[in-house]
Amino acid sequence: MAIFLTAQSRVIVQGITGSEGRKHGARMIAAGTKVVGGTNPRKAGQTVDLGGSSVPVFGTVGEAMAQTGADVSVVFVPPAGTKDAVIEAVDAAIPLVIVITEGIPVHDTAEFWAHACSRSNSTRIVGPNCPGVASPGKSNAGIIPADITTEGRIGLVSKSGTLTYQMMYELRDIGFSTAVGIGGDPIIGTTHIDCLEAFQADDETDAIVMIGEIGGDAEERAAAYVEANVTKPVVAYVAGFTAPEGKTMGHAGAIISGSAGTAQAKKEALEKVGVKVGRTPSETARLVSEIMRSR
Amino acid sequence: MDLFEHQAKELFAEYGVPVPRGKVAHTADEARAIAADFAVAGVPRVVVKAQVKTGGRGKAGGVKVAEGPDDAEQKASQILGMDIKGHTVHKVLVEEASDIAQEYYLSFLLDRAGRQFMSICSVQGGMEIEEVAHTNPDAVARIGIDPLAGVDRAAATEIVQAGRLPAEAVAGAAELAERLWAVFSDEDATLVEVNPLILTKDGRVVALDGKVTLDDNASFRQDHEKFADPGATDPIEARAKAKHLNYVKLEGSVGIIGNGAGLVMSTLDVVAYAGEEFGGVRPANFLDIGGGASAEVMANGLDIVLSDPSVRSVLVNVFGGITACDAVANGIVSAIGILAEQGDAVRHPIVVRLDGNNAAEGRRILTEANIAVVEQVGTMDDAARRAAELASLASTGA
Repeated sequence: MAIFLTAQSRVIVQGITGSEGRKHGARMIAAGTKVVGGTNPRKAGQTVDLGGSSVPVFGTVGEAMAQTGADVSVVFVPPAGTKDAVIEAVDAAIPLVIVITEGIPVHDTAEFWAHACSRSNSTRIVGPNCPGVASPGKSNAGIIPADITTEGRIGLVSKSGTLTYQMMYELRDIGFSTAVGIGGDPIIGTTHIDCLEAFQADDETDAIVMIGEIGGDAEERAAAYVEANVTKPVVAYVAGFTAPEGKTMGHAGAIISGSAGTAQAKKEALEKVGVKVGRTPSETARLVSEIMRSR
Repeated sequence: MDLFEHQAKELFAEYGVPVPRGKVAHTADEARAIAADFAVAGVPRVVVKAQVKTGGRGKAGGVKVAEGPDDAEQKASQILGMDIKGHTVHKVLVEEASDIAQEYYLSFLLDRAGRQFMSICSVQGGMEIEEVAHTNPDAVARIGIDPLAGVDRAAATEIVQAGRLPAEAVAGAAELAERLWAVFSDEDATLVEVNPLILTKDGRVVALDGKVTLDDNASFRQDHEKFADPGATDPIEARAKAKHLNYVKLEGSVGIIGNGAGLVMSTLDVVAYAGEEFGGVRPANFLDIGGGASAEVMANGLDIVLSDPSVRSVLVNVFGGITACDAVANGIVSAIGILAEQGDAVRHPIVVRLDGNNAAEGRRILTEANIAVVEQVGTMDDAARRAAELASLASTGA
């Protein structure tokens, strides 16, 4: 099955006529994703060439869904327009919207999330500031490189883009059911816990890798969730042991204020519930590999 | 971006949040002049407060009451230049002393777990608030805020009542909380904190302190630059920022260049981990060159990292995702060439680990370029170990 994204997923790109939308739209098609259209209200009715495939541009997400049967939207619109783009997707009740855009004011994220909640949350939001969702061999929605890994039975959830790629590459011989980049911002739609729940229920996933980093207490909450609800093996990696207090390291979420949110605290919380935590990405990959090979 | 207390209070005043009258002094003489003006206006007693972007000023001796201009000058001279948790005091706020009856706590901030906003309010404000939150959590109210609904007077009243503020303070505190919410909301803040919020003996509610953090992502619609404090930034960090590089100076000797915040953060950890074997070698910086990694970006990155005099070796750790490793390798070769042309020939060893897309081609390019200072290592763990070892050898002069 994979989670969130399958071979049947029909994907549109919000902001398809921009440089990022075109570049990654073409990459998604090359990876086998069914990209069925895109939106730009000023260019409705035109088509856009994505690496040789001609894809229709619609005025709104609602129109694109009606015309193409799209059920996933990937958002590449610039930060100033992202909130409205996500709200539009939510109002159209598209099942999944993946927000790649980086640099969105956290007040905007809080508002579109609250909006989604007020609409009974029929739309799953992944991101913002995330690399997207990839189900290797089936579909790839976002900017995760498609050719660094293979299809398999590991599920991966990560706050960090490049660490996701690193882990997918190290475990390329075993392969992944789905990798979800949830993004490192302080407020995000889909969380570690949402992904753990979905992987636990997915009959194509045998083990779960969770990548976290300093800031907030998402990993601690995920640990509590694993203890109560997850029977599949979980291996974790946490980045940011050397990050100094009070300094932001790129991700808005990766900041330590006071004692909570340190990498050490996250590691201890995870180990306490039986999750193996690697000291380096490679050691983490080895731990996963041992589990998969012993099955 | 964090604001100084005086900046926060100026912002509060714009929104009608009551704050004590005060002015900023950079010298003891200026502090005397401000206190003299207050004395003429019938306010002989002032408070001299260190302006640093860290907590615990009071306990560190950075806040002192002064009786008149002479005393203000003396207190300011004691505080200016003081080091508070690694922050040097370059300016003080001289403000009218307040007649404090009670001290409360009030803040608005992000509720990460709830994916919304939150207010924290307590009748037990002041220097021990963190202790109170720990030992007597019931005395500290946490109230979730729906970002779409915001905080009107009724919601503000609920907040201050939940914090158990006494009846005589509720009306004033609710009005202040409503205005403070406007600061949080309209200025794209991620934190607005008042500790202490005071009730004066004549029954007014006043923000005696102010801590504000603004969201850098909102700079496209906010004039946050007016609050910038260029003098306080590390000079290398300032130069990196001018070149649009995400650089943070640390205390170690292994310069780090990588792509992606998470991978670079992980690289710091792996270097520190490997460095334990070599007497505690640590990373010298965080530098994320992002996805592109063109020759120019790589040259700028190497230039910035090598301008730190404590750097003894450099680790370039790149995972080629969308960017192919051959492009990164070409970037490294050109970068070293560019630096040599500028007369900054690279003398420190550079350990390079390339993996991911087109890694074999990238490694071939580096091998053929045959640059003396460049050494390639196959895995992240081994590369970190080698970079730590080289830094350790350089430091001991071996």
